[in-house]
Amino acid sequence: MKLNDDERAMADGRDGPAVQRAMNLLMRYGEALGAERLVDTNNVCGTVSATTPFMRDFALQKGGMDAVFSEFNLDSDDVVEIPPAKTFTSHLQLGFDPDNAELMGISDEVVKFYRKGEGYIAGHGIQLMNTCTPYQVGNIPTRGEHCAWMESSAVVYCNSVLGARTNTEGRESTGAASLTGKIPYWGYHVPQNRLGTHLIELDVEVTSTSDWGLLGYFIGEQVQDRVPVVRGLTAVPNLPRLKHFGAAAASSGGVEMYHLVGTTPEALTVEQAFGGNRVLETLHYGEAERRRAYEQLNHTADDHDVDYVMLGCPHYTIEQIWEAARLLQGRKVHANSALWIFTPRAIKALADRNGYTRIIEDAGGVLLTDSCSAMSRAAPKGTKVVALDSAKQAHYLPAILGIQAWYGSTAECIDAACTGRWSGRYA
Amino acid sequence: MNTIADQVLVATLHGRKVVGGIAEGEALVTDAHISGWGGIDSRTGTIVEMRHPLRGQSFAGKVLVFPGAKGSSGWSNAFHLTRSMGVAPAAMLFNEMTTKIALGAVVTRAPALTDFDQDPLAVIRTGDWVRVDADAGTVEVIRRAEPPPGAG
Repeated sequence: MKLNDDERAMADGRDGPAVQRAMNLLMRYGEALGAERLVDTNNVCGTVSATTPFMRDFALQKGGMDAVFSEFNLDSDDVVEIPPAKTFTSHLQLGFDPDNAELMGISDEVVKFYRKGEGYIAGHGIQLMNTCTPYQVGNIPTRGEHCAWMESSAVVYCNSVLGARTNTEGRESTGAASLTGKIPYWGYHVPQNRLGTHLIELDVEVTSTSDWGLLGYFIGEQVQDRVPVVRGLTAVPNLPRLKHFGAAAASSGGVEMYHLVGTTPEALTVEQAFGGNRVLETLHYGEAERRRAYEQLNHTADDHDVDYVMLGCPHYTIEQIWEAARLLQGRKVHANSALWIFTPRAIKALADRNGYTRIIEDAGGVLLTDSCSAMSRAAPKGTKVVALDSAKQAHYLPAILGIQAWYGSTAECIDAACTGRWSGRYA
Repeated sequence: MNTIADQVLVATLHGRKVVGGIAEGEALVTDAHISGWGGIDSRTGTIVEMRHPLRGQSFAGKVLVFPGAKGSSGWSNAFHLTRSMGVAPAAMLFNEMTTKIALGAVVTRAPALTDFDQDPLAVIRTGDWVRVDADAGTVEVIRRAEPPPGAG
């Protein structure tokens, strides 16, 4: 791999041992990919937290959070002192909500260790966004901006909706990028790799947020990790719809980049979306495909008594919290059920001021931050059946927690929380 | 009892080095992509994904032969942890290059190859003995000789 003078100096130790370790990892990683060079980035989203017992013990035995960062964020052979981040770096979601640790079954000891780690993270200039949706709370990359992001639902949003450029990075590569401002120039950083491969023709209208989840789930399964181009939209989708759509496609397949003709920034026309690419396959999304996606998402469920309703995957927007609050107003969560809603901390602060948190709590629900049930493996005690308005969560949660999952609209989920029964149906 | 004479070199593959080094071990082959986070148990090196053909089997110390990575961006961390726990694969041979698998292979520190002249999924069988020299870009596949007709 070719390094410029600045990169060579970092690799030779000019900026200290941690930056040297970071460059060493980026070179090994770039060579593994077959990349020819690195590219500058000033936008990193990663994770530094140590919320599992293993990580906590590792830190206690090997030398604190510097040891965790050296091993798991730099793949370094030795423990080095970690300087503050060089680039703008945002922290993604993590293992629990420290403000609701008891509810999530987390011990005081783990919370105490986490609080220390939080001080370390903030002290190193890493933004405590603690969300899978950094693009909701102050990190909105510009079209064409080179980024180094983890979190598949954020990566697909960053590439497709914002037109910024990132691959699906990992814990170690984002750690190295945060200290160097470099990432391999490969994959979706390269313009020709962003062009469409598959054409998806819509034969049915796709309007509601739930509809967008079904479409995403279908497309991901069909195209896996290729680049779908969707034609035939009748309405412009908003942020919650595209957040849900991308997360679904990234779960059933591994889509990191898509185009919506006439809507997303690199697809004003079909011709622009495909560039010089030949269309590998044209797929139709009609009533049969829509119904199949719905049935796949509900295949683990047959018990209609719902113990638990989880909303906020990916983390809810303020608009979605508003909707949930309106649906809940004047109602109560059923004695046999529970309602947890996850959102970024910054949006929870707004929900607090708007009075939505109060409405949710008065009804018996909880507004949480920083995590979700899939990340934390936490659900109310004894949960056997969950209701979800997220295709991504419905894809993962039955395997992670060994429970049944119903998938439907937000209104159907709130109804399930208030009645303790699932009465959603394919519509 | 096996003797050297029972072992037959059935193929030599050539590929591109992803992570350097030399290792050998028994092959564990799957034509299904592997998930990291949520797909493996990093404490035991066992595949845990529902409906995965290798569900319940451990790749610890084996030469893992698979098409590529899928799933969460936690892939590299999940495999990194297998090294911390002493249950990493001895080597990795795969076909599809992605950032997940490149970073995962690098931090697992096991010799790894891709871009082969023959499809390793077609050539290598579970249970074969495989010698990987990632620096030279070669994979030797050794199989116990089939007994002659009528023997045994």
